[in-house]
Amino acid sequence: MFKKMLGAVITAALMLTGTNSIQAETLNLLTWKDYAPKPLKEKFKAETGIDVKVTFSNNEEMIAKLRATRGAGFDLAQPSQDRIQSVQEKYKLYQAMDFSKIEKGLFIQSMLKAVEKNTMVKGKPHAVPFCWGSSGLIVNKKLAPNASDYSDLLNAMYAGRVSYRLKRPTLIGIAFAMGDDPFAKYSNVKEYKMLMDKVEASLIAGKGFVKNYWTNGDNLLQLLRSGEVHVAMGWDGGGWKLHAENPDIDFIAPTSGALGWIDTFAIPAKAKNVSAAYKWINFIMRPENAAVFTNQEKYATASKGAAELTDASIKANFQRSFPQAAIDNINWYPPVPANLEKIEGKLLDRVKSAQ
Amino acid sequence: MEYDLSVKNVTKKFGEFTAVDSVSFDIVNGHFFSILGPSGCGKTTLLRMIAGFEHPSDGTIEIRGQDMKGIVPNKRPVNMIFQHLALFPMMNVAENIAFGLRRRGTPKNEVMPQVLTMLKRVGLPGFEQKRIDQLSGGQKQRVAIARSLILGPAVLLLDEPLGALDLKLREHMKVELKKLQAEIGTTFMYITHDQSEALVMSDYVAVMNQGRFEQVDTPSNLYNQPKTPFVAQFVGENNAWSGVVEKREGNIVEITTSEDHQFRVEVSEDINPSSTVDLFLRPEALLIEPDPSLTDINRFDVVVNSILFDGASSRLLVNPLNSDKEIIVALPQNKQYDHIKPKDKLVVGWSEKAGICFAKR
Amino acid sequence: MKKYRNWGFFIFLLPVLLWLFLLIVLPHIDLLIMSFRFEDDYGELTWGMANYKEFFGEPIYWLTFVRTAIYSLVVTFLTFVIGLPVAFFITKVVSVKYKGALTLLVLLPFWVSELVRVYGWMILLRESGVVNHLLLKTGLLAKPVEMLYNDAAMIMGLVYTTMLFMIVPLISVLDSLEDELIEAAFDLGGNARSVLFRIIIPYATPGIVSGSIVVFMLTLGNYLTPNLIGGKNSLWFTEQIYNQFIASFNWNQGSAFGFLLLILSSLIIWLGLKVSKQNLAKVVQ
Repeated sequence: MFKKMLGAVITAALMLTGTNSIQAETLNLLTWKDYAPKPLKEKFKAETGIDVKVTFSNNEEMIAKLRATRGAGFDLAQPSQDRIQSVQEKYKLYQAMDFSKIEKGLFIQSMLKAVEKNTMVKGKPHAVPFCWGSSGLIVNKKLAPNASDYSDLLNAMYAGRVSYRLKRPTLIGIAFAMGDDPFAKYSNVKEYKMLMDKVEASLIAGKGFVKNYWTNGDNLLQLLRSGEVHVAMGWDGGGWKLHAENPDIDFIAPTSGALGWIDTFAIPAKAKNVSAAYKWINFIMRPENAAVFTNQEKYATASKGAAELTDASIKANFQRSFPQAAIDNINWYPPVPANLEKIEGKLLDRVKSAQ
Repeated sequence: MEYDLSVKNVTKKFGEFTAVDSVSFDIVNGHFFSILGPSGCGKTTLLRMIAGFEHPSDGTIEIRGQDMKGIVPNKRPVNMIFQHLALFPMMNVAENIAFGLRRRGTPKNEVMPQVLTMLKRVGLPGFEQKRIDQLSGGQKQRVAIARSLILGPAVLLLDEPLGALDLKLREHMKVELKKLQAEIGTTFMYITHDQSEALVMSDYVAVMNQGRFEQVDTPSNLYNQPKTPFVAQFVGENNAWSGVVEKREGNIVEITTSEDHQFRVEVSEDINPSSTVDLFLRPEALLIEPDPSLTDINRFDVVVNSILFDGASSRLLVNPLNSDKEIIVALPQNKQYDHIKPKDKLVVGWSEKAGICFAKR
Repeated sequence: MKKYRNWGFFIFLLPVLLWLFLLIVLPHIDLLIMSFRFEDDYGELTWGMANYKEFFGEPIYWLTFVRTAIYSLVVTFLTFVIGLPVAFFITKVVSVKYKGALTLLVLLPFWVSELVRVYGWMILLRESGVVNHLLLKTGLLAKPVEMLYNDAAMIMGLVYTTMLFMIVPLISVLDSLEDELIEAAFDLGGNARSVLFRIIIPYATPGIVSGSIVVFMLTLGNYLTPNLIGGKNSLWFTEQIYNQFIASFNWNQGSAFGFLLLILSSLIIWLGLKVSKQNLAKVVQ
């Protein structure tokens, strides 16, 4: 009797695993919220039969997740280009990009080259660009007409009407607003720490003016939308989304320079379905698909020719927020060297616990 | 006479339902007073009104001459022994007994000596540190009584506290409770549905039915001279007939029962010919094969149906000839009747004085 | 027959043991080992107590730790103070007819996730939220007030989130408290105060202790509520553990923090059991 039962259990288990393998192929994508719009997922499924399973994350969590599994569990990740090199050297989270499997012609070449260079580890590139944008200020121009730089996040004029993320972009932005260049000090830990100490002091001094530190994009948009916050640090795409709803709110490139970032595609070291990952990259970078993403999320992509297919409002957004001088003024993130995170992490803890 | 408890025209209504209907009685100091009635007769409600957990819709309750209207339970000079005793499981025996004294603010150094004295009085010396779950049923009972008596209540109210005990212990506790009460002299008011408890322990028993007192009397009077058909049937066993009065000669009436028996009964009540009556007869009043020389005896033939052996209270179950009516006859265990077997034909008889008659209303 | 039973016993026990070992014991051993390793000045991993020293040397860490512990105790106490009357009302005051419905009402908010509940509170309390709107409408306030992002709102949120775990054990323990006991206490001269402190609370102690342990642990280990409702001023120790793992990439420090939290919660629970003279086996039942 007992043997029979055991037999039945084993057969059932085998059948379950069996049906599992018959199930559709999936691509496990670790990415930012909204980076895989539904229409594109559906189109991809129709073309290739592959289901895209998305896990939302951010730079820090992506690294932590992949570190925990030593690069397993996901087939494709989308970290920012500056957060790949040092992490790769230390934890070996990703595998090298096989450029033979990528349709290079789909990309804006300068961007492809830049990412290739910035993610080079042991002579091999580890990522290709997906989209790019900048961090700057999202301002309610009616309520805060004069806000123009990161320093306004610490301005008593906007007491209780300010919000930013307690993460490294804020530290970098404030440092620039102080007239310093944190990127130049990346290579010198000691000087970088001194700079950060100054940033910390001003963040603590200005803590009373903060409404709240926002923790996710929706959170920020809600604060601005309701008029509770007038000046915030955020991404251009978010600012432009709000501008469409309420013309008073817009993204502003700060006078000390917007922070330019590029989000990439990188394949985790132990990805199971590598071919699906390349298929997705080549799929989404097609101009017509990239345009769908841009129209919905407002972020520009590294897809060549997609710009021509985007809505007029996208171009208008860009022209409004980025006059030529502002474009020239963008501070692009260089790769973050190791050990800066530790300094910044402790700093952020101190700011959060300050009264 | 002094009354510890005096209840006057107390009525309690729950919505449309009258639980206690204009009840009055007094309890003489030091008496053991019981209220006996079937479940749902209102006796618990009456007790709870005296303890202060319910409020009378009408009437007054006086304890030692003081009107209890508006006085909350914790200010009344009565204490209650609950059905399940309600000992506090998180306290030991001494803490349970000291609970009332502590609430009363008795000085700390006086509490323990009083508790120890009380434990001795209820026969539990040395039990002060025991946990409640270490006690037997009888010991719990005594702790519950000690816990109440230590406060010196005017009346101790007992709500069927023996109900949860097994038969043997119950028999034992009956005697013990009675002895205890006699010893300490506190007035007890005891409610029960068990007639034997009430009869054995009480000085006075009130029989209660449907919110009313049927009769308040001594146990022997209740048994021998019930005042209502309910009392006759509820207290002790009784054979019952209904019949019509044929004629009356002085105190003797002649009755034809619905089974066509002719009985002569001595009555005290004013019962006239042609009125319908209920006739009650105790099993022990029925004599088996009465001596033919005896006069003033109603005799009739019966067939033995079965023998219910129960030691001293053994009985015969018999049917009158050509009838299904069951009659219970006491069967004394004195060897004289050992020959009786089922299906035997017998003559039974009873004295004209033994029956009790009530006119039907 | 007996042999078979032994076999069956093992077969059923095995998954439990495996589960305990693989998912609880093993990771904890891993974390413990990790907590004793740190990067020296040359970036090499070495053994040592540096992670623990860091905790005691850096006031923001141990202050947050103490703050988290104290606030968790406060939350536990408040849930008890609010939960006891609610449980008493449901079990003793209200007629049996409504008991089920009321218990259900208490349970209802817990059918949605904590995130949704917290967002619910945020919608109510935010500056442009429902409460402010009503207060403005009725003229009680001239200007909207920010009710979120402070300790009071955070504690309230934590109390709300954990309330159920106090009320349910209290309901079950008070269910078994016979009304007779309360009446007896009154009959013996007790008043409301002494009945509460001498009868109801001592009787309910096992329920109070088990409810408190659950509430305390949940609060101590909560991340979402302090973070979202407490906002900019709410540094909770779990957040620091998270920051060590995620923001600073310092897993060794994070592991040390995790172990300190484990030790703290065990210690406080042990103390609680000692003080209330309960034992864990009895309370967990």
